[in-house]
Amino acid sequence: MNSLLASMAPLLAEAPTGPPSVTNDANWFLENAWLIPLLPALSFVLILFFGKRMPKKGAEIGIAAVGLAFVLAVITGFAWIDHRDNFEPAGTGGEEALVIGDDGLTSSDSLVLTAEDGGEGEKGGEEEGPVPVAVQSSTQWFQSGGIEFNVGILVDGLAVMMLFVVTLISLLVHVYSTDYVGGDRRYTHFFAFLSLFTASMLFFVLSDNILQMIVGWELVGVCSFVLIGHWWEEKPNSDAALKAFITNRVGDVGLIVGVITLFFAAGGGKTFDTLLINNAIVRGEVGKTALVVAAAALMAAVMSKSGQFILHTWLPDAMAGPTPVSALIHAATMVVAGIYMVARLYPVFYEGMQINGSSINLLATVGAITLVFGGLLAFVQDDIKKVLAYSTISQLGYMAMALGVGAWTAAVFHLFTHAFFKANLFLGSGSVAHSVHSFDMKKDMGGLRKFMPKTYITFIIGSLALAGVFPLAGFWSKDEILVGTGGWNFFGGTGGNGAYTFHLTMGMIGAALTAGYMTRCVYLTFHGEYRGGHAADDGAEAHHGDPHESGPRILVPLYILSGFAILAGLLNMPKGLALWPDSWEERFGHYIEPLGASYFPGISHGTPSYSLAIVSSLIAFAGAGYAFYYYFVKVDRLAKKTGVSLTGMPNGVTTTNPVARVGHKVLVEKYYLDHLYNGVIVAFTKGPLARAAYWVNQNVIDGGVDAVGRASVKSGRFVYDTIDQGVIEGVVNGSGKVSDATGEELRHLNSGKVQNYAAIMFAAAALLAGSFIILLAL
Amino acid sequence: MFLNQFLLLAAALFCIGVYGVLVRKNGILVLMSIEIILNAVNINLVAFGSLTDDVAGEVFALFTIAVAAAEVGIGLAIVLLMYRNRRSIDFSEADLLKG
Amino acid sequence: MDTLDTNNWLPTLLVFAPLAGALLMALVPEKEEETHKALALLTSLVTFGLAVFLFIDFDYDQSGALQYLVDTDWIEVIGAGYTMGIDGMSLPLIGLTVLVMPLVFVYSWDHIPSPGNTKAFMMLMLILETGMIGTFVAQDLILFFVFFEVVLLPMFFMIAVWGGEDRRYASLKFFLYTLFGSALMLLSFLALFFLAKDPATGELLRTFNMPALADSAGEGIVRSTQLVIFGGMFIGFGVKVPIFPFHTWLPDAHTQAPTQGSVILAAVLLKLGTYGFIRIAIPFLPEAAEAWAPVIGAVAVIGIIYGALGCLAQTDMKRLIAFSSIAHMGFVMLGIATLTDFGINAAIYGMVAHGLITGMLFFIAGSVKERYHTLEIKRLGGMLVQAPRLGWILGFVTMASLGLPGLAGFWGEFPAILSAYNPAGAISEELFRGYMVVAAIGTVLAAGYLLWLLQRTAMGEPSAEFADDPNITDVSTFEWVAWTPFLILIVVFGVAPGLIFEVTDPAVVQSLNECLKTTCEVGASVVAGG
Repeated sequence: MNSLLASMAPLLAEAPTGPPSVTNDANWFLENAWLIPLLPALSFVLILFFGKRMPKKGAEIGIAAVGLAFVLAVITGFAWIDHRDNFEPAGTGGEEALVIGDDGLTSSDSLVLTAEDGGEGEKGGEEEGPVPVAVQSSTQWFQSGGIEFNVGILVDGLAVMMLFVVTLISLLVHVYSTDYVGGDRRYTHFFAFLSLFTASMLFFVLSDNILQMIVGWELVGVCSFVLIGHWWEEKPNSDAALKAFITNRVGDVGLIVGVITLFFAAGGGKTFDTLLINNAIVRGEVGKTALVVAAAALMAAVMSKSGQFILHTWLPDAMAGPTPVSALIHAATMVVAGIYMVARLYPVFYEGMQINGSSINLLATVGAITLVFGGLLAFVQDDIKKVLAYSTISQLGYMAMALGVGAWTAAVFHLFTHAFFKANLFLGSGSVAHSVHSFDMKKDMGGLRKFMPKTYITFIIGSLALAGVFPLAGFWSKDEILVGTGGWNFFGGTGGNGAYTFHLTMGMIGAALTAGYMTRCVYLTFHGEYRGGHAADDGAEAHHGDPHESGPRILVPLYILSGFAILAGLLNMPKGLALWPDSWEERFGHYIEPLGASYFPGISHGTPSYSLAIVSSLIAFAGAGYAFYYYFVKVDRLAKKTGVSLTGMPNGVTTTNPVARVGHKVLVEKYYLDHLYNGVIVAFTKGPLARAAYWVNQNVIDGGVDAVGRASVKSGRFVYDTIDQGVIEGVVNGSGKVSDATGEELRHLNSGKVQNYAAIMFAAAALLAGSFIILLAL
Repeated sequence: MFLNQFLLLAAALFCIGVYGVLVRKNGILVLMSIEIILNAVNINLVAFGSLTDDVAGEVFALFTIAVAAAEVGIGLAIVLLMYRNRRSIDFSEADLLKG
Repeated sequence: MDTLDTNNWLPTLLVFAPLAGALLMALVPEKEEETHKALALLTSLVTFGLAVFLFIDFDYDQSGALQYLVDTDWIEVIGAGYTMGIDGMSLPLIGLTVLVMPLVFVYSWDHIPSPGNTKAFMMLMLILETGMIGTFVAQDLILFFVFFEVVLLPMFFMIAVWGGEDRRYASLKFFLYTLFGSALMLLSFLALFFLAKDPATGELLRTFNMPALADSAGEGIVRSTQLVIFGGMFIGFGVKVPIFPFHTWLPDAHTQAPTQGSVILAAVLLKLGTYGFIRIAIPFLPEAAEAWAPVIGAVAVIGIIYGALGCLAQTDMKRLIAFSSIAHMGFVMLGIATLTDFGINAAIYGMVAHGLITGMLFFIAGSVKERYHTLEIKRLGGMLVQAPRLGWILGFVTMASLGLPGLAGFWGEFPAILSAYNPAGAISEELFRGYMVVAAIGTVLAAGYLLWLLQRTAMGEPSAEFADDPNITDVSTFEWVAWTPFLILIVVFGVAPGLIFEVTDPAVVQSLNECLKTTCEVGASVVAGG
């Protein structure tokens, strides 16, 4: 993996051969990015031991560490941008650079590229320009049985992007939490685990081998467990924490099996190194069966961690945790770990799922189903955080689908934009809940725009971005995913890796659903009349008074995230549309996507088209429009007429139409999946199965042991009986009671009387002597 | 020649001893019975020793006598302790080993 | 086999130092309890000091060789020698033993179980220590067997005298069961004595010397006889591990034993069986081991799932932890069953990790029992409210036990599962990959029962019964002193697994090479080439 080898990486994406494009000699910040996870890790230890003695109870340590990590992450980001455009492998002077050019391109092109200071004026496609060269620094951790285990960091565009997202949102959440959980009984402990989570997530993102990934993966899981169960005094919270952990553990079976398969099939039983494994797959050295097994096994891990249908059920329950945790862990960072892993190990899925040239595969289909089914569930939630949770599931479905259809950059870009607007929405819902002390939209909210105008504006921005309204962030990333399906054939625009028409359709439906449920959510929360306080019910003023706007420590993070929700989309404007300068196009893709590197498959890009953007926008507007008509017009009018703040029409279609009623019921029951898991699988394992196993243990296996014991005692007693009947007076001969598993009989030999023992001894000795004589005589 | 008589005597003594050990409840008597058993064995040892003209028989008998002395010492100590603790040396009452 | 015999007084001293302490204690009158506690602690600390010297003096570059080898005649008539030595395989387990014992004595300072009698209790534990260290250093089968059995008696008395309500049944079952296993084991040892041949000359060896027997590696013994001999050892060691279906003594013994007994039992005693597998059974009869491997693997994964299901059915905290031991030892046995150096390294790692983690869990259970006077999971709850530190320690150890990466448990589990992908020699890969998946599923169940335990005991509000109980206090000083090393080591070994892997690796490779020389050539290439 030295730089010389890296320089030999071919420039054309179609047939990458040779070792991974990687170097260990780069900018100081890229080589030492391990400092970024180290800072919050130190902060965790410090808060754990000294937090309670600090003036701000440990929060300041966490904020300082994560802040510093954020600064480092930004510097690392710039270092990467510079590295991406200007990196020349050490030891290769100008002449050798020319040689590289000769490999794949005309030499003049390559000379131009190496001369240019990056970023501007690249006229060609992504095939041109310097090959992305990842930066890896690793060291041996330990070795066992001839296998070396390394620990190290791998910095490339994807990792740098994640560093930025994780540190930024973590920093904002830290600041937000000082107000939100202020005065909590376990304030210090909360910050300690926020720090630990940040450290684990960064460790996961930077890991350069798949074993290290498992470590990070599990650590974020356990932080999620602790933080969901932050208020463990109430059973529902600890139940939710347990459910999250155990569901993820189910996926981890897949992770373990997948990683082991990759280790042997692609790593040759010698290495866990991500890039070497990816490279081996890209070069086609790995058997098809192994890849299919690995991809399918890892898929289980993705489904549990990233909330894909049917293992998504833990995510809505995880909303039992404090809201900042939901924003950080269950919207922006941890839940995208699965998506990140697919992106990181993309060759496994690209080859294993046969993404290229097909029109259906497991990953894309699971994503497509998740995005529609999750979106539908969001319509029947009363809890604002659960609406957002199902929305997150749905958006994660988009990302998984994008990866499944080969739109790698679109998926990662959606991950990037989604982190901002979803964190914004979660923190906004927290701001609302902080004020009305409830998450129930129907009972305790309504009309809040009058009380909390600032939160309202940020929430609207987040919703618009989520719904994919031009020109906010969500529009660009969602459109890119739809383009990437390659299913659009009208008025230009197609390409991609296959014709995923079904997935395009699902994506369109999802867009309409997203716009619809967000409109509903905004109406129920902010419009109509305020339903909370219950002042009228008991005649007294509610003890909290009217809702009030939140303080600056809550609002400033919201403003910042809203800013990103508006602007982030501009980072990756599509190519080939003549509305903006070329130099603005696909900046994100350019720096993040490692296409051309020898550890990345040769994916192809879809062609953007106006028609698709317009149609998908229209569909989203239609969804929003219908919801708007229903809530803002029909319900609102009725509410004005009756003077009661309503949350729906009294005789809606779900109460009159039997089909709709059944559908509604299925949604409310969350497709009965929880019944299946808790009522059937868990209950069966914990109940009959465990009990049966234990019964077998006590009665068959242990019973066997006891029976042997009893039998020996019995044979002993037979000898005993023939000698002296009187001695066994009082011996219970209740051995017929077979089911008595306690081995009561073992005792009866021990009468405790020395003389009885002596009698047995003599009897036995006499018997032995007798038989000895008889045997001799024979 | 004389052997049978010795052996018969020893067997009789042995049986008496065993009977005593098994049936008598008094601790002292049980100890005495054990001594009788040991002496029955000693008679056999000496008898066989003189029969085969081997001094080992006598040596073993002496050895047994020494060990028996030690054993009686310990046995009596046990009986004494038992008496102190329970005011009785009835072996049938001692069932602390009961499982 | 390479051997080094400098400083060869060390194993002897290490083994008999605790016994000397016990003899010294015999001279002190029973009433002076404080003196007894101090003497016992001091003895174990001296032993620990000797072990520290051992750990400093040990030549890690040659941890594959037997060091401090002492080899003299012992019982000439039957060819038993006084042979002792230490290599990388035994070193971590000796370390575990000498570490656990002083901590148990510290814990005992204010936790003497009823009916008291500090003197006898402490003396028994010291004798136990002699037996355990002796088993790990013995290099002669008879010596090994003697130490293996020496362990039995003190533990029998600890359970029978200081145990819970059902102690007589549990202790007798423990004693008879292990004795039954030992009898078969002894038969196998005798068979080896009579049948093993020198690989070079082809003459009968007639020795109990373990290095020599490992060198001979079953040479000249008919395959079917090898299988039977291995079967004897399989049952003998398997009872001690315990592997399914010889495990039923374990829950009873653990539940009835006093806390100290449970800790020692979990931390060290169970390892005697697995140690026997990797030290004796596999190197001595590699061909039979290969034939038996599918069976060992099968009982291992059955144990994993079965132990976990058993846990889910429990209502008693201590019994649950005991069943979890069965599941964890299943992972250890799976690593052993692969017969690869990687798997056996993982097994040794798993032994140490399990010793620390489960030992710690039993400590906690003991302290819970002391405070609540019950271990019934239903009645407990809200420990985090009443004794927050105790609750957090329980949470931490639970996480370690379910195999969280970064803590010790993971490195016993994951490598064992990994090694099952590619077992050595002609062992069926398909079968072991099936085992691998089953074992991976076992980790889900582990998370299930452990978190369920944590939720029921630590989380939530305290039940009305115990809400205002003044007995329920947080971790005491003696508990802190006894537990801190466990907690630190669980983290240290989790972060730096190389500390153990790199010590055991050369020894494991060495011992497998002995066997690979003769029969498992195929396995060698698989291990090397992956």
